Amino acid sequence: MSNIIWVLVELENGQPVRSTLEVLGKAAKLGRAEAIVLGAGAAAIAPTLGAYGAEKVYAHDDATYDNYLTLPAVETLSTLINEHQPRLLLLATTYDLRDIAARLMVRNNLGLITDATDLAFEGEEIRVTVPWGGENVVTATHPYQGPGIVLTRPKAFSIEQFEGRTPEIETLNGGFSAEAQAIKVIDSVEVASEGPALEDASVIVSGGRGLGKAENYHLVEELAAALGGAPGATRAIVDAGWLPYSYQIGQTGKTVKPTLYVAAGISGAIQHLAGMKGAKYIVAINKDENAPIFSVADLGIVGDALTILPQLTAEVKRRKA
Amino acid sequence: MKIIVCIKQVPDPNTTVSKIDPNTKRLVRTGVSLVLDPGDESTISAAIKLRDTLGGSEVIALSMGPESAQDGMRRALAMGADRAILITDPTLAGSDALATARVLASAIQKEGADLVFCSTESTDGYTGMVPGAIAEFLGLPQLTFAREIQVEGQKAIIKRVVPTGYKTIESSLPAVVTIASGSFEAIYPTMKGIMGAKKKPFTRLTVAELGLEATQVGEAGARERVLAVGQAEARAAGQIVKDDGSAAQRIADFLQRYQLL
Ligand SMILES: Cc1cc2nc3c(=O)[nH]c(=O)nc-3n(C[C@H](O)[C@H](O)[C@H](O)COP(=O)(O)OP(=O)(O)OC[C@H]3O[C@@H](n4cnc5c(N)ncnc54)[C@H](O)[C@@H]3O)c2cc1C
Ligand SMILES: Cc1cc2nc3c(=O)[nH]c(=O)nc-3n(C[C@H](O)[C@H](O)[C@H](O)COP(=O)(O)OP(=O)(O)OC[C@H]3O[C@@H](n4cnc5c(N)ncnc54)[C@H](O)[C@@H]3O)c2cc1C
Repeated sequence: MSNIIWVLVELENGQPVRSTLEVLGKAAKLGRAEAIVLGAGAAAIAPTLGAYGAEKVYAHDDATYDNYLTLPAVETLSTLINEHQPRLLLLATTYDLRDIAARLMVRNNLGLITDATDLAFEGEEIRVTVPWGGENVVTATHPYQGPGIVLTRPKAFSIEQFEGRTPEIETLNGGFSAEAQAIKVIDSVEVASEGPALEDASVIVSGGRGLGKAENYHLVEELAAALGGAPGATRAIVDAGWLPYSYQIGQTGKTVKPTLYVAAGISGAIQHLAGMKGAKYIVAINKDENAPIFSVADLGIVGDALTILPQLTAEVKRRKA
Repeated sequence: MKIIVCIKQVPDPNTTVSKIDPNTKRLVRTGVSLVLDPGDESTISAAIKLRDTLGGSEVIALSMGPESAQDGMRRALAMGADRAILITDPTLAGSDALATARVLASAIQKEGADLVFCSTESTDGYTGMVPGAIAEFLGLPQLTFAREIQVEGQKAIIKRVVPTGYKTIESSLPAVVTIASGSFEAIYPTMKGIMGAKKKPFTRLTVAELGLEATQVGEAGARERVLAVGQAEARAAGQIVKDDGSAAQRIADFLQRYQLL
């Protein structure tokens, strides 16, 4: 069986997004990595993907994908999969790639494993590591011949450099069926956020319902600013309308992996932990000594976030001065 | 307008630590308290709200699961769904996302619908694959991560959550829509709703009644295999201290020790 691993490289403003480059590096360490790039500018990006591990790049330079990626990408990929039968399709877990995976699974009758944190070949067999709940981790595989899909957990891998690698490039042409263009984008609204992006921040200070009210959230922002980090939030306070969705960390929000994560007034529900427990150091402040957040904290303070946060901000500023 | 909402029962996320049965290698669903998936509560509420805005419409709750799933469906009916369909069959145990979608899509095909609502992902399996797979089986467009939905004539328009904000996107009907969890406040069933639920139509279907083979579903149809179950690496226990007024100092010391300042 082939060891060809395909990675769909997602573009944002014409540039590959970080998560897909991370996956490409993993693919290159596992076998022969081949990248698929779809969208305006794909031809220009194709040669640069060698440096991230691609030995071959399929590029379709067509703006149809930029409008709405899912359906046209499924059409193109499905045809390519039938033609070339790669061993594995390795995809980052992003909004669009998840939608694409679901349809490909059906259209090409593929086995699909989600939320992988690692994978390796053992002989001919692919072994995928998947955390299940807080306590267990399972090893799963695709037992059948032919291609399979694995979706990887955000931040599971880091970007790898492959200096001097020049990929073979295959240019794709052709149009799309009417069904592949069934969805129209009417408008696009960016919600501006200040400071470093959560995904890239090395320090994150997050607040939860324990802050009491929206007006107290500035205490989190001030500590984040003092530490040179980004402010984050639980779903509880995003749902309550204190902050936009872009602040949400957790299973249905962002997955982050900073060096330091400070959780203030956060209970530590499993869905929140799913997005942040990969942090190197976790400091938690909570009034309730039984709060589950303390089970992942390196330093836990049983106390009132409303008094401790401003004291800590002042102390950080003093020591940094 | 006929709106089918896919919902399921899950181990209560607030009280259960999910466990795996070492023999079947499946999530333990017996002896734990089960609830209607909180995400699906939000989704069914979105459907009911849309039905009431549109008028002349109907909301059907659809679930695939063991007999115990009927409790979740009763709750959906009490919240305001008009009727319920439960696909229950011993051959369904161990279904993967593909088989689950195949079964649900067959039932939707049989029933017919203008809109199919799902949550973006479930709370227990959270593959997020079922809705897109249903759409593909039915050959329908899929509008995902909706935080708002509107129907105008034969079009559905949603505000789709994206990492940087949102996009307004539209498609023709029928369509599959996924509701971003928590975007709609869950309706709390009233006493009257609970009493009324008992009289609402409740249909049960088997795999054979859907025209599917037992080999296409359940463990037999699964295209993935769990080889081994292990223990997750536990984080080393940290230090937990009560604030005696020196918390800020302690945290700052900690940050300094690990060169985080
Ligand atoms: C920890 C864990 C990991 C798993 N990993 C995988 C995997 O990698 N690959 C795989 O194929 N399967 C996997 N499964 C099995 C998968 O969860 C089941 O097949 C399940 O029946 C459907 O998937 P889901 O819960 O992930 O649904 P999701 O796709 O996350 O559900 C989204 C929405 O679809 C609807 N929906 C889903 N299931 C039903 C249902 N039974 N009845 C009605 N509506 C429904 C609901 O609206 C739900 O909110 C896993 C299960 C567990 C417990
Ligand atoms: C399908 C699904 C997906 C989800 N996805 C996410 C997700 O992506 N991200 C997420 O965060 N959640 C998610 N949730 C929600 C999650 O289950 C919790 O409800 C949520 O994380 C709780 O947020 P919280 O910690 O802010 O609030 P609470 O659970 O209400 O906790 C507040 C905490 O503050 C403490 N407190 C109170 N006052 C003070 C004070 N003065 N000082 C210090 N501490 C104080 C309390 O002791 C308590 O522990 C999801 C849920 C579901 C069902």
